[in-house]
Amino acid sequence: MRPDDRKYLETHEWAKVTGDIALIGLTDFAIHELCSGNEGDLVYCDLPETGRTLEVGETFGEIESVKAVADLSSPVEGEVIEVNEAIEDHLEILSSDPWEQGWMVKIKLTKKSMDHLIDAETYESMLAKQS
Amino acid sequence: MNKDLLLYEKSRAGRRTLRLGALDVPAADTTGLPLRQSPPDLPQIGELELVRHYVRLSKKNVSIADSFYPLGSCTMKYNPLANEVAATIAGFSEAHPLLDAGRCQGALAVMKRVEEFLAAVTGLPCVTLHPAAGAQGELSALLVANAHFAARGEQARTKVLIPDSAHGTNPASAAVAGLEPVTVSSGKDGLVDVDDLQSKLGTDTAGFMVTNPNTLGLFEPRIAEICEKVHTAGALVYMDGANLNALMGIARPADFGVDMMHTNLHKTFSTPHGGGGPGAGPICVSEELGVYLPVPRVVESESGFHLETDAPESIGMLRGWSSNFGVILRAYAYMRRLGPDGVRRVAENAVINANYLRVRLRDAYHVPFDGLCMHEFVATTRHQRPGGVHAVDVAKRLIDLGHHPMTVYFPLVVNEAMMIEPTETETKETLDAFVEDMLLIADEARERPESLHDAPLSTPVGRLDEGRAVKEPVLRFRRG
Amino acid sequence: MPFIPNTDADRAELLEAIGVQSVAELFENIPAELRLAEALPVPEGISEDELMRELGELASWNSTPAGGSFLGGGMYRHAIPAVVGALQSRQEFVTAYTPYQPEASQGTLTAFFEFQTMIAELLGMEIANASMYEGCSALAEAVLMAMGLQRKRGKVVVSAGLHPHTRRTLQTILRWTRLEIIEAPLGPDGRTALGNLADADTCAVAVQSPNFVGVIEDLESLAATADGVGALSICSAYPIACGLLQSPGEAGFDVAVGDGQSLGVPVQFGGPSFGLFATSHKYVRKIPGRLVGETIDRLGRRGFTLTFQAREQHIRRAKATSNICTNNALMALRGAIYLAAAGPEGLREVAEHCLAKAQYAQREIARIPGFEPCFPDAPFFNEFAVRCPLPAREVNRAIDGAGMLGGVDLAQLHPGLGENALLLAFTELTERTQIDRLLNTLSGLSQTVTV
Repeated sequence: MRPDDRKYLETHEWAKVTGDIALIGLTDFAIHELCSGNEGDLVYCDLPETGRTLEVGETFGEIESVKAVADLSSPVEGEVIEVNEAIEDHLEILSSDPWEQGWMVKIKLTKKSMDHLIDAETYESMLAKQS
Repeated sequence: MNKDLLLYEKSRAGRRTLRLGALDVPAADTTGLPLRQSPPDLPQIGELELVRHYVRLSKKNVSIADSFYPLGSCTMKYNPLANEVAATIAGFSEAHPLLDAGRCQGALAVMKRVEEFLAAVTGLPCVTLHPAAGAQGELSALLVANAHFAARGEQARTKVLIPDSAHGTNPASAAVAGLEPVTVSSGKDGLVDVDDLQSKLGTDTAGFMVTNPNTLGLFEPRIAEICEKVHTAGALVYMDGANLNALMGIARPADFGVDMMHTNLHKTFSTPHGGGGPGAGPICVSEELGVYLPVPRVVESESGFHLETDAPESIGMLRGWSSNFGVILRAYAYMRRLGPDGVRRVAENAVINANYLRVRLRDAYHVPFDGLCMHEFVATTRHQRPGGVHAVDVAKRLIDLGHHPMTVYFPLVVNEAMMIEPTETETKETLDAFVEDMLLIADEARERPESLHDAPLSTPVGRLDEGRAVKEPVLRFRRG
Repeated sequence: MPFIPNTDADRAELLEAIGVQSVAELFENIPAELRLAEALPVPEGISEDELMRELGELASWNSTPAGGSFLGGGMYRHAIPAVVGALQSRQEFVTAYTPYQPEASQGTLTAFFEFQTMIAELLGMEIANASMYEGCSALAEAVLMAMGLQRKRGKVVVSAGLHPHTRRTLQTILRWTRLEIIEAPLGPDGRTALGNLADADTCAVAVQSPNFVGVIEDLESLAATADGVGALSICSAYPIACGLLQSPGEAGFDVAVGDGQSLGVPVQFGGPSFGLFATSHKYVRKIPGRLVGETIDRLGRRGFTLTFQAREQHIRRAKATSNICTNNALMALRGAIYLAAAGPEGLREVAEHCLAKAQYAQREIARIPGFEPCFPDAPFFNEFAVRCPLPAREVNRAIDGAGMLGGVDLAQLHPGLGENALLLAFTELTERTQIDRLLNTLSGLSQTVTV
């Protein structure tokens, strides 16, 4: 079972909200998919500048393995106030700890409702259906 | 002595291969010219060392000329040596593209005849040889569609529907043409989901790009109905001709309702791939769309052939000069050998060989769409999953057993895909040898799966760290 | 049947193994009404020797006068060392596919790693890709890259001195984008007059040197102007000239492109040649086409592989940096062998010979009454435009009558100079006796016209 202290987007991004701040990251499933089959490591992660405002679903970056690439979509609406600088030099964090150390951006929310996102249970069942 | 040095590491100041004779005019006066500050660091190497370098490099390639090469979607058939001889005939190779028409009737005749041959095979009457490769052919055709709709005042047609099993060039070409690609799902049968297609067709649809047979090696049996639906929506049907080898002489895309298509001379018509090119991607279109084709075009009149460089409604040029003529010439040499019967035999034997491999391999490997296939089929490593064996492992092990691998991880709609296309130019014995080795690998996957992760072992290098090549990029030699 | 080894007996055996009665059964998924009932209307097949006779006859319908050629305009007849054709034609290079399986393709990959190094060196740039189709589309790709880098800028300024096919290619491709093409004219000195055309809305400035009428551009100033407005500077170069003259990189350009035909590729009626594309490392994720990189295998051995593949269409699909897949690899291999055969000394020698022949010819032509260089004070390399006392097509006819191939009639390809402008090209293969014969012919014309 994936962490239920946060909510999910169908495109595999998670958002963990504390007050009006949300941490955004990518689920272990998505990272595994990017790397599977072709023994490919993650090789690149492009994250936004701080100060950028994002809509729900807006592409805020992309993540690349040797032979796959995926857009990162924002699960929330707000302003990027911090970017996880550690990722750039240590992409392996994303695989080893996608839920805590592997957060990507910190967003100051302009809309707090998370009703458009799915909870961990629904996310799990979505994955179950896909496989 | 280390035989694996780069040219740069073998380089010694003062050596060279090319030396010109004495200058027969006064020496150049470089006064006032912007000269290089320092000479380019090119290898300095004598002729014998140069020859040895490239001969050794050539031996590090697996090629059709030495091995079975069942690379799906690529149609790695034999490249007749007569084609290569044809291309070195001085009358062709030394013909400058700006020669007056009267001085290049032979080249223009070859071009015209290739156009006629392609028109006959596809049933689409208007042909241009201009595009340098399949992707440029796709782009040309999409620009033809743009021009067609612009002429009709239908600029709102900005979307191109593309099946999820399509080659990556389809959506990439659509994007370059300023169009928005929209994905159409494949059904459980691996074919275009016609309901999904129908639901996405509208007044904003410019076209539907279909690969037929598709990248799973399956013929779209509802192709006529699909074309009709697209036409009813006012859009055009584009066919990706990468898989034309299965259809030559059997069926013509024009009869399906296709409006435009490209052909890959470097697949169907036996011109070599050259380690990645050059190819040629002629496009064939309907009579109605012919006026929009790129220029230059070969035109025949009473005084012979000439190149028409301007046509009022043409989309223009996409590259310099008229075509990759050297590739066109090779394809011509091939076409002349075949004749009507030969063309049909190509498709028949390509399909026979593919089905034979499918039937021989379907017990050992999972074949997700196990009906009759056309010129290729897709298998997977699902049965090998318990041992942790992936498509890449099978591919690498094949290299050790003396075959080039099949295409792996494409099409994207099948997990762990292995796409196998034997072509018509292979013997039954070669197919049998491949089958035996594939069965051996299936045994190995069951009995000692971990050994497959180490393959290949017989090659100049083993599996490479491709992640490092991106994270610590070294894209050129630098003196240490 | 040519190239199909399986006999009818083999076919029968294969069909039986498949479990079908006939070949027709294999095609049952094609609806009957879509299957052809008759044979295609294509000519009957012929044997290899018949083919060779036919090709010999067709080739004889092409003719290039034996007395020398002054025809260039973007494709030039240079000396090609025998090693180039002999090594390139090895079947292991010719019949291999794109090197997606690196362990089975170290030959091609190593050759491209070396190629990328040589091209980057030649053009004075940090990195080069493993080739484009040819020069015109290479420049168009550079403009598309600039468009992607500067999404808010709406125009591209292109020199009127770009090869006319390059300008047409750009028009074709940019017609369906938001970019507007602004053409910078050539000034009276034959050089691009940028004026104030490049501004804060310009994403790229594209020039060619030597330009289409043969004039060497003031590259440093053009690059600086582009840089001053924050536009990407793009220069199309003639690779042979780079053996002697300032390279685009030295002049400060961001992107260098060009056509590689002059590097060991026959003219072949216009193709295939190969395209060059080189730039700074910082643009590595934005460039089109294939890139080869060095890495190691599990035993630490050096090896080469395609890299940054996530830029490309087979992975990034609609968001790829370009739609290019197949490139012109085998011709690029010729280029690599050529450059390795030449080395820096050989290449400079070729360039100096080209320049010397052109200088000799221009000096002598200028003495013939009625003939004068279109840009008498402009620096040139191996090609220059001459204003003739009669239409260029008539001059070409006279040259042809004397057993030689004339130059480019600029009335067709660069009409701004009028119908009397003729573009003449010279290479290391042009012999002095041929130039002298040309001079005689032009003198003869001069007398006819002045009389």
